[in-house]
Amino acid sequence: MQVRVRVPTPLRRFTGGQDEVAAQGESVRSVIEDLERRHPGLKERLLDDKGELRRFVNIYLNGDDIRFLDQLNSQVKDGDDISIVPAIAGGN
Amino acid sequence: MSYVTSLKCRECGQDYPVKPLHVCETCFGPLEVIYDYERIRAAVSREAIRARSSNLWRYRELLPVEGEPEAGPFSGFTPLLAARRLGEELGVRNLYIKDDTVNHPTLSYKDRVVSVAITKAREFGFTTVSCASTGNLATAVAAHAARARLRCYIFMPEGVESGKIVGSTIYGAQVITIRGNYDDVNRLCSEIADKYGWAFVNINLRPYYTEGAKTFGFEVAEQLGWRLPDNIVLPTAGGTILPKVAKAFKEFKEVGLIEDGRVKVHCAQAAGSAPVIHALHKGTDLITPVKPNTIAKSIAIGNPADGFYVLKAVRESGGWGDVATDEEIIDAIKLLARTEGIFAEPAGGTTLAVAIKLINQGRIKRDESVVVSVTGNGYKTLEAVAGALEQPLVIDARLKDFDALFERLQNGKRPVAGAA
Repeated sequence: MQVRVRVPTPLRRFTGGQDEVAAQGESVRSVIEDLERRHPGLKERLLDDKGELRRFVNIYLNGDDIRFLDQLNSQVKDGDDISIVPAIAGGN
Repeated sequence: MSYVTSLKCRECGQDYPVKPLHVCETCFGPLEVIYDYERIRAAVSREAIRARSSNLWRYRELLPVEGEPEAGPFSGFTPLLAARRLGEELGVRNLYIKDDTVNHPTLSYKDRVVSVAITKAREFGFTTVSCASTGNLATAVAAHAARARLRCYIFMPEGVESGKIVGSTIYGAQVITIRGNYDDVNRLCSEIADKYGWAFVNINLRPYYTEGAKTFGFEVAEQLGWRLPDNIVLPTAGGTILPKVAKAFKEFKEVGLIEDGRVKVHCAQAAGSAPVIHALHKGTDLITPVKPNTIAKSIAIGNPADGFYVLKAVRESGGWGDVATDEEIIDAIKLLARTEGIFAEPAGGTTLAVAIKLINQGRIKRDESVVVSVTGNGYKTLEAVAGALEQPLVIDARLKDFDALFERLQNGKRPVAGAA
């Protein structure tokens, strides 16, 4: 499955400055593996040493937080949009 | 002159320069302002602070600004009220309300954080400021931006109270409402901040902005006569104020403004948006996001990034926390109004309702002092309580009609609303 991934500023040094990159995979986890092959260094920024999503990283699949879906195992379809967003706490 | 030395990642400890940055490039952890406390200790004294104007800048050595404050000349230094009537009702002797319903100029604790953020935005040379907001922050940013001559864009989730939209637009801000909840707005805004290079007070100015929340704690300590309370109850949404108030108490000790003392810091959330309390009660560090559903819209944040630091501060202090249902929130708003003459927004009702629970559970001892934090004004959220109040009685302009009505009221028979 081919998906589009939006990359936030702090990670663009891994993508040659691009704010959006293409990647392939069946699940969010396999998309991250593919991103790592294309842009080495990205995976370590997203996942901790146990392979879980870092506390301050949010990933959205077509606008939905994957923590509400099947976490990293959430399945992706052709043309899906994935957004990587640093967790920010707002104000009320 | 500032006493700030750097920014530092709260997770991995990496240092960063004092710039509009908010996340660590290595681990995405939040960045925190670091001060030179030794120099501050030499520079501050109770006398010097007491001699300054009654605003939040009286603690400026402990705030991350370089030059003169550019916002908030009357923000902060809100009343700490000894709540004797309410204390009698609840069976506690030393109950205080820290009353940010009267913060200048927009009637919520956000005037504190925004005063610092707007000053910082000017120092960094931004010309446009913005925020993602469920309402109170929006009105504060719009008001302070107007006075500081900054362009202002406000992003809100659809469905916030109408007063908050009017209350931002009036200052000349461009308000944009997003079809989605607060977390959706937040996500969009962090993408906009990236792309447009604006100062988002709660995104790329976040390390500075959040420091303003410490002033709530500084004031409590000063107003108690340079002492700490035994307990403080604070609301949690995104997780800004609670850890920062805990930090404020530590800093006051660190720079020698108060003697040692221990405050149990307690967390209050609305039952319909309580990811931090769920984690606290389960004994875990993992905060599972929720989809918020509560009348307490100003604290309806389902995915609080600083929730982890709320848990940490509560646990380190020996505090606890609980939730309040919508009904309990409304009852608490009415109780506070009826006993102390303070009209809180639902976040304040949540905090009081949870304080009552913690007192009844024995988590807050009846002979200990307790500060209940009321962070926003009920006049902004009339919709939340209007349906739960008696309607006015209607009579003709004839004295005998009033005589009859008054007699029935005296006998405890309240006529049907509107048909007296």
